[in-house]
Amino acid sequence: MTTDTLSDPANPLRDPRDRRLPRIAGPCGVVIFGVTGDLARKKLMPAVYDLANRGLLPPGFSLVGFARRDWADQDFAKIVHDAVMEHSRTPFREEVWRQLAQGFRFVPGDFSDDVAFGQLRDTIEELDRERGTAGNHAFYLSIPPRFFPDVIGQLKEHGLAEMQAGSWRRVVVEKPFGHDLASAQELNAIVSEVFPPESVFRIDHYLGKETVQNILALRFANQLFEPIWNSNYVDHVQITMAEDIGIGGRAGYYDGIGAARDVIQNHLLQLMALISMEEPVSFEARSLRIEKQKILTSVRHPARLDLHTARGQYTSGWAGGEKVKGFLDEDDIPRTSKTETFAAIKLEIDTRRWAGVPFYLRHGKRLGRRVTEVAVVFKRAPHLPFTQTATEELGENALVIRVQPDEGVTVRFGSKVPGTAMEIRDVNMDFAYGGAFVESSPEAYERLILDVLLGDPPLFPQHEEVELSWRILDPILDYWAAEDTKPQAYEAGTWGPESAEEMLARDGRTWRRP
Amino acid sequence: MGIELTNTNASKIASALLTERRKAGSPAMGMVMTFVVVTDEGDHYEALRAARDVSREHPSRVLGVIRGSGRGPARLDADVEMGEGGSQVLLRMSGELAKHPESVVLPLLLPDSPVVCWWPGKAPQDPQQDPLGSLAQRRITDTAALARGRTSAMVTQAHNYADDNTDLSWTRLTPWRALLAAALDQYPARVRGGQVAAEKSNPSADLLVAWLSKRLKVPIDRVTSKGPGITSVSLMTGGGEINISRPDGRLAQFSIPNAPNRPVALKRRDLAELLAEELRRLDPDDIYQETVTTLCRIADKNGIRRTQAAKKAARAPQATAAVSISDATLIAGKATQRERRAAAADTKGTSSAAKKTSAKRNARKRSATKRTSAKATGKS
Repeated sequence: MTTDTLSDPANPLRDPRDRRLPRIAGPCGVVIFGVTGDLARKKLMPAVYDLANRGLLPPGFSLVGFARRDWADQDFAKIVHDAVMEHSRTPFREEVWRQLAQGFRFVPGDFSDDVAFGQLRDTIEELDRERGTAGNHAFYLSIPPRFFPDVIGQLKEHGLAEMQAGSWRRVVVEKPFGHDLASAQELNAIVSEVFPPESVFRIDHYLGKETVQNILALRFANQLFEPIWNSNYVDHVQITMAEDIGIGGRAGYYDGIGAARDVIQNHLLQLMALISMEEPVSFEARSLRIEKQKILTSVRHPARLDLHTARGQYTSGWAGGEKVKGFLDEDDIPRTSKTETFAAIKLEIDTRRWAGVPFYLRHGKRLGRRVTEVAVVFKRAPHLPFTQTATEELGENALVIRVQPDEGVTVRFGSKVPGTAMEIRDVNMDFAYGGAFVESSPEAYERLILDVLLGDPPLFPQHEEVELSWRILDPILDYWAAEDTKPQAYEAGTWGPESAEEMLARDGRTWRRP
Repeated sequence: MGIELTNTNASKIASALLTERRKAGSPAMGMVMTFVVVTDEGDHYEALRAARDVSREHPSRVLGVIRGSGRGPARLDADVEMGEGGSQVLLRMSGELAKHPESVVLPLLLPDSPVVCWWPGKAPQDPQQDPLGSLAQRRITDTAALARGRTSAMVTQAHNYADDNTDLSWTRLTPWRALLAAALDQYPARVRGGQVAAEKSNPSADLLVAWLSKRLKVPIDRVTSKGPGITSVSLMTGGGEINISRPDGRLAQFSIPNAPNRPVALKRRDLAELLAEELRRLDPDDIYQETVTTLCRIADKNGIRRTQAAKKAARAPQATAAVSISDATLIAGKATQRERRAAAADTKGTSSAAKKTSAKRNARKRSATKRTSAKATGKS
């Protein structure tokens, strides 16, 4: 992570003590497949600009677009320009644009088009000559997974994946990494046939978020929390990711995938791993991965999946003051769809630290509000020297890590109500991360793209983790598929179906209202 | 918005801060430091706005200190405000109080968290000895903000370097340094010599020369150009020249041997961005220390010497804000450093209480010397 490991130790201008010098990637370029997609326009292109604006991209950085459009380089530049103007976080500056714009290239073509990939190879070679990208290129696959075999195969066939000595080729793939264990393994087989594991970067943008990284700081940099971070004190953990929007324009992708595959498999299980893992021996990618894998390996399912999982589908209703459509009324969703838009599952972790502590994970669309948080709920005090009436309003202590929006940490505990009588009530102690940052705090994609260019992998899940996550989710998905019923309906704008409430009520608990 | 207090004191200000917080609904306050900005009536708006911007990344209590005329009765006025990220207090001091700003600032510091002191304009020659500076864990000066005598002001700061002193001229260099380091990453060759071109009297350029010559162990020439700021840096290697030139202060040309020329955006950053970088780490900057040591050596070699009178003049530390830094300060800085070294040797092993009393005694002596020295320089 420090500058000394990244650069030639012989470089006299580098010094590990010099912590002002930012990490600038070496000469390189990025090729984006699927530049016309939402992700590319809203996230990738603005992130590239923001990185350049902050002086973190190397001189000569080049961006190549590949899509089935009849565009020239200038047309592509125009698209990037518009995307940057609309979505970048840092102010637009002409000189930054000029630095970037000279490195834009566009290659029109189909994923099965040999001529186009030949042209791509020529373009990359030309960039190496003209812009000094030195043979270092990352291929960003911002495309549906069904096209992966084509693209990866073409990259191999045209020699684009071959690394010359002293240069690198990397491939970046977005979630979902498959739709079950078998497909994930298949996908991995395709990618790993062409690229070695350390050259494959699976982007889970959640892991690039400051708050998620802060979980590690909170847990391992403090003495305060570690002693209570176990089953002696923790009653249960709730991990919630709620969205207030519906599926919008993602109907084609979403139908058949559903909430569990879309979010629980990656984001929520990763959050769970970070919250529950043991202390890694160091913050190197390998050590972090080992600890996460240990946790994912020791996850146990509840014996009765019917009682401890829930799924739902939103119906039309009023959400946030607007009348919204139900899932089955959304465009391009068949009326008979059994895809769930809400999923909640209970998991247990068979380790000494967590034995008997349930982890409740839930995710849904069109819920009450947009929020992602991890709530560690503590046991009640074993003995209360107060009367029953004094503690009637006292709940359980909780430590809540708010991931988005309004990033921060909340601690919830009992406090005396001012007055002569002894009465105890819950209060919140709040810590808020700074809201709009001056310059430093990078957006998740910026951080991740920079890490790809630097070849720094701590935040990227490797295929073992992905496969372990599927091993956890597959039995539940299979059970739901075997049940072959429609998910329970819930009205848009509420906190999910009744079965989710019942699922916790069985354990004598309730969901937090986030 | 905010509470205006006239003819007040520190405890009234503290309770106004509490009232303001309650009024805002007792929001979560994740304030991580107290940021003292020592400024004057003319510049305070700019400086405090930058401090406020920086509060978003480093939530802090900002204390703006404006020291007015030393005449008349002691008087303290304050504006108290809650802002995004933290609270802000503007303190106007006049009369005798103008000489004792630390008495107001000390009770308003956040408990336990670090204190940063920033002089956006004129700064004391030895910030660590300044009554406000001595409260702080980090002292930030900005020699480039001075109207005249920037070069010598930088050398003075260099001579008086103490752990946790820093100058924004150094912060301004980070993008240049990053790019130069990247150039040597890309073209790792032994550098045989180099050149820095910048406008006349540019402290950043002097620091860059010092840093390069220290790190590369070769002489680096300093040439004058029309500016703005640093306009070009070149390093000679056996295989050719590494050159970064930025004629317009925004877009640079980056060239290294055996590779095409490339444009790189290299803008001059604004105050808030510089401060944000500065506040990210509050531990001593070892590389800056090495660099200022080299800078002193270079200044010595270039034979920058001044008369005895000037030496005396400059020895008077700037307890009040209104002392301009002239070229005469150059040698003075050195003198003070020598003194300090001697003093450090003396006080080794003595208790901090003893140090404090001696500091007080020195302060009294200083203000006495100051009056005479003002005469000696005769407003040169």
